This record gives sequence, C-alpha cells and structure tokens, in this order.
Amino acid sequence: MLKVKTPKTHRAKRALEKRAPRLASTRPLLPLLVENSKKTLILHGTKTSDVLNAVLTQIHHLKRDNSIRYTKRNDNIRPFESGGEASLEFFSQKTDCSLFVFGSHSKKRPNNLVLGRMYDHHVYDLVEVGVENFKSLESFVYDKKIAPRAATKPFFAFIGEGFESVEELKHLKEVLLDLFRGEAVENINLSGIDRVFVCTAISSTTVFMTHCALRLKRSGTAIPRMELVEVGPSMDLVVRRHRLPNESLKKEAMKTASHQPKKKMKNVHRDLVQGKIGKVYMPDQQVGDMTLTSNIKGLKRERRESKTKNAPKDDQSKKRKTEDQ
Amino acid sequence: MEAEKYQIDLGNLMAFDPTHHFQSIPSTREELARVCIDKGTELVQSIANALFGLPSTADPDGPLVKLPPPTTKLPREKHLPKPKPPTKWEQFAKMKGIKNHKKDKRVFDEQTGTWKRRYGYDRVNDDKDVPIIEAKMTDEPGEDPFSKRMSEKKQRVEKQDKNRLQNLKQAMKADALPSHVQLAATALPITGTKREVPKKASREELESVAGMAASATASGGKFDKKLPGEKPAKHAGKYRKFLPVVEGKGMGSQERQQTEKILNKLMAKSSHDILDVDKASCHNVQREGREEAQERQRAGGSFIFKIKQV
Repeated sequence: MLKVKTPKTHRAKRALEKRAPRLASTRPLLPLLVENSKKTLILHGTKTSDVLNAVLTQIHHLKRDNSIRYTKRNDNIRPFESGGEASLEFFSQKTDCSLFVFGSHSKKRPNNLVLGRMYDHHVYDLVEVGVENFKSLESFVYDKKIAPRAATKPFFAFIGEGFESVEELKHLKEVLLDLFRGEAVENINLSGIDRVFVCTAISSTTVFMTHCALRLKRSGTAIPRMELVEVGPSMDLVVRRHRLPNESLKKEAMKTASHQPKKKMKNVHRDLVQGKIGKVYMPDQQVGDMTLTSNIKGLKRERRESKTKNAPKDDQSKKRKTEDQ
Repeated sequence: MEAEKYQIDLGNLMAFDPTHHFQSIPSTREELARVCIDKGTELVQSIANALFGLPSTADPDGPLVKLPPPTTKLPREKHLPKPKPPTKWEQFAKMKGIKNHKKDKRVFDEQTGTWKRRYGYDRVNDDKDVPIIEAKMTDEPGEDPFSKRMSEKKQRVEKQDKNRLQNLKQAMKADALPSHVQLAATALPITGTKREVPKKASREELESVAGMAASATASGGKFDKKLPGEKPAKHAGKYRKFLPVVEGKGMGSQERQQTEKILNKLMAKSSHDILDVDKASCHNVQREGREEAQERQRAGGSFIFKIKQV
C-alpha cells in the first residue's frame, strides 16, 4: 500500500520545488530554457595542506553567492575509485550541489584538487589537478576600490593551443568555465563587469590561472579600453587524472528543451501565400473485392419504398381489425 | 580582424586564443604573469568590442545589453522534467470533449442569502446549513438521514483519495511525480512485485540478538569470554506469568483453560493406542442384537424393537 506524503508547510513545499528538475529558471527575467545556476560543494579529504586549505577557502570566497563549504575531513571520498563517490553523491543530494571541489593532500599526489560535475546527483565527469605556485588573495597589493564585487559575471580568457589539442586541457577548460561562470544570464549590465579569469596553457599539462579585476578606461570611442589588474588568487594547475563523461550520459545531459524535436506532421506543409496546406490520400476503392449480400443498403431502400407503397393497404386492414373488435 | 583570430563565446563572456604558443616559457613568475595578463587584456578587449557593439537599453543602474545564447554547450544539472501523464478524468474529458471553463470563486448562496465560497469551508449549498430534511416515502424507518448524509460524503472523499493515489501511481511510473509529493510504502511490498528495501535493524533488535547469541552456550554464557564493550543481556530469562488461582471470569478462567488444553493434548496424543475394551464389546453386542431383531421381524414376530444406532 502506498501513502501520499506531502510537505506540511508551504515553506517546505517551496524548498522541494526549488530542487525539482526544471526547464526554466524560477527568475522571470531569465530565458525559459536555462536551468538555475549550479551550486558548488567544497570538501576536504583526509588530509589537506595549508596551501590547499587556502585554495579551497578562496574558491569558496570567489563563488560565495552559491557555494557550500564543508570543513570536516572526509576519509571515504575517493572520486576516481568505484564506491568512493557514494558519500559525495549523498552530499550532492543533500545540498543540491552539482559542482564540487575536493581537496586532498598525499605523498603521491600533493596538493590535489578534484574538480567535478554531477548530473542528477551522480558523478558526471572529473578532472584532477595539482596546485603549484599558489599566490593567495592577500598577497596581492592593489587599489581596493577596483576589487571585484561579489557574484558578478566574470569574463574568461583562455590562451594557448593546448586547450584545443590536448584532451585533458580541453576538458579542464570546460570544467573551469562551468565552475566559475556564475549564473547563466540573458541580460548583462555593462557597468557590472569587473572581473576576468585568465587561463594560460604553459605546457601540455600545466595551466596558469589567475583572477584579475577589470578597469574600464576611456579610449575616446564608445568602447572602453580594458585594463587588467591582478587581484588573485593565482596558481598553476597541473592536470593529473581525468575522467570524461559517459557518451550516453553526455547526450542525456546536453539535452535542452529546444533540442527536443518537434513532431513533424505528415503531409502538412506551409505555404507563404496559401498558409497551411495538407495532402489527403484516398486509397483506391476495391469494388471487385466487395462481397455481395442481401444486406446492401440499396436493396434496403427498395424494400422501404415497397413498404411505403403498401402502407395505405396495411392501415386499412388494421382499421378494419379494430372496428371488428 | 581580432574576432577572426579568437574564438569568442559572448553568451559566456569567453574568448579563446587557440593559436598562441610560447616560444620559451618566461623564467620568472612575474614575467610569466605579465605576459599572460598582456595576452589576456587583448582577449578581453576583443570580447568588450563585441559586447559594447551590441544594442543596449538604458537602465537606472547602467546600460543593459542582451547577450546572445552561449555557444559552448555545458551539461544540465538535472534531467529535463518529464511530462505528466493525464489523469483518468483528463483522459475521459478528452475523449468526451469536455472542456474546463473558469468559474467564480464566490457564489451567492440562496440558503443563507449571502455570498460564499464555491468550495471548501463554509461553502455554498453546504449540507451543514440544512437543519431539516423532509421525510420521503422511500426512507427506511429507523435510519438517521443526517448520519447517512455524513457517511455518503465520507465515502465520496475516500473515493476521491483513492483516485488521486491511482493517478499519482501512474505519474510515478512515468517518473513525473510532482516534486513536493512523495509516495511512501505503508506496508512491506509483496515479494517479487516491487524492489524490496531491506529494513535497517534497530538498536534494540541488535541488542536482543547479541544477548541471545551470548547466552546460547552450555553454561548460558556464564563462563564465556566477554567481548570488549559487551554488556550483559538485559533480560536473562523469561518473564514468568502467574495466573490467578481463584476461578472466575476472564483472567480467572485462564488457569483452568490452560490445564484443560494440556490435558486435551495429552488425551489426543494417546487416544489411538488405547482400546476401550468395554466400549468395543458393547458395540459388538448391540450389532448382534440388531441382527436378531431383524430375523424376528422377518419371522413375523409380534415384538417391535426400536433400535438405537451406535
């Protein structure tokens, strides 16, 4: 037997509806076919170095509008191993996050950062990078007036042929874009652009990534001159392991509402002048195959006619009968 | 010129230079950062050129620009919502061509002469507002029309609940259950029809099982090695029940019932191997007597016996 369980309060109902898969964002200004922005979960492994702690905190700081940071140590998360993603998927379910950054530090893989994405609360793809030459936010000296504001839409600059030719870097580029791009928007306020991520492929495995503030300078034309001021954090990401999404899963995840094919109407087309035009095909009449029975309508009609001819006679006989009685 | 050189995805505000290649990587970090930022400035400038070229609308906070859709495809977070299957009523209405049309929420109630809600609490044409029901010829005597009305209403509500559950089940099959609705099992599913969810053993159950296992030795667990953290069993033995000795009703007669039960069991067990000689011989005698009487009847004797069958 099944019982219907519904939330007891409207607040709980809203919270559940917020998590439901949807075509459109709940915000009315956004385009209909865009999902809500992805949330990020930041996690620590069994051991994390000071550098990694700082990296995780500052990624959380950069994404503070929609990111959740767990500070407890997790010893049963190993995203690349089978069975090691169970509790990761649970956390994703719990917090409704679909991006994660998992930091761990070991002798074999020092300052290890696993960037991953989830689809339907299951691991979609993974990229493992080592952090080197990390420079924190605090170590940069600049005019605080130009510091980027929270939750503004960033620019991205990817430099280097490695992002196209090397599989790992190509993947990393996509993950970084997904991780830092913020909300998918339709309209943007030009006065609100104030940050850029510059990623350069130094070698086939290393990417130099830095976060800069944007300054718009007068150039004499309508288009301002852009000036970049490094505000940090900056670091080298050395790609270690990576796992691409399953082909079928990828196809499923890339579906958008507009991608769903409109069912084509057969034999109907549109004409500019005449409008909607339909073709109707009539099957040939199989006269030869028809079975001839006495039940043919034509015969029936004849009988009816004969009835009407005989009708007055019948009436008279009936009347006579009634008179007799 | 620049736009051709770089790949620009304006929807994501991203520019990509696939041609850049380091001849020699700068030796110092400062130099590297400077080179990268210089290159980055070029790219950002090319994005800005495209961005500021778009038509903008004035806004008190600044000029607003409508971005084109992103060209870099990124995966969805969750699957596309699946279409909800039509309910039984919707199917029927479609078949019959019944169309919904809006009705006013407030309706004038002639019973009370006020405006009331169409549905829900304190609604129009509410049965509760009718204090007197006229008797009809078809009424059965002794039946309360008010309680009958109540029970009928209750049945209707139950029927609707059943229908709703059925429709929700169909929606669950299509994976299109409304996000705030959950269907939970109230009883264990019949084996083989539905996936079984193993019940997690509770603390008490585990403790009782552990206690049983610990005492299942010849010494009743007295001389066994205790495991670290093992606690003594909570109830070592059975609870003993003492029944009242004085006979009475209910509980009082239980003692007697118990003894009778045991006695019956014993009797039933040993009944097949005890032959009651007296009974058996008596049976034999009666049969002989019957045969004699039949002979006498055939001979035309004046006695008429009524034979009791055994």
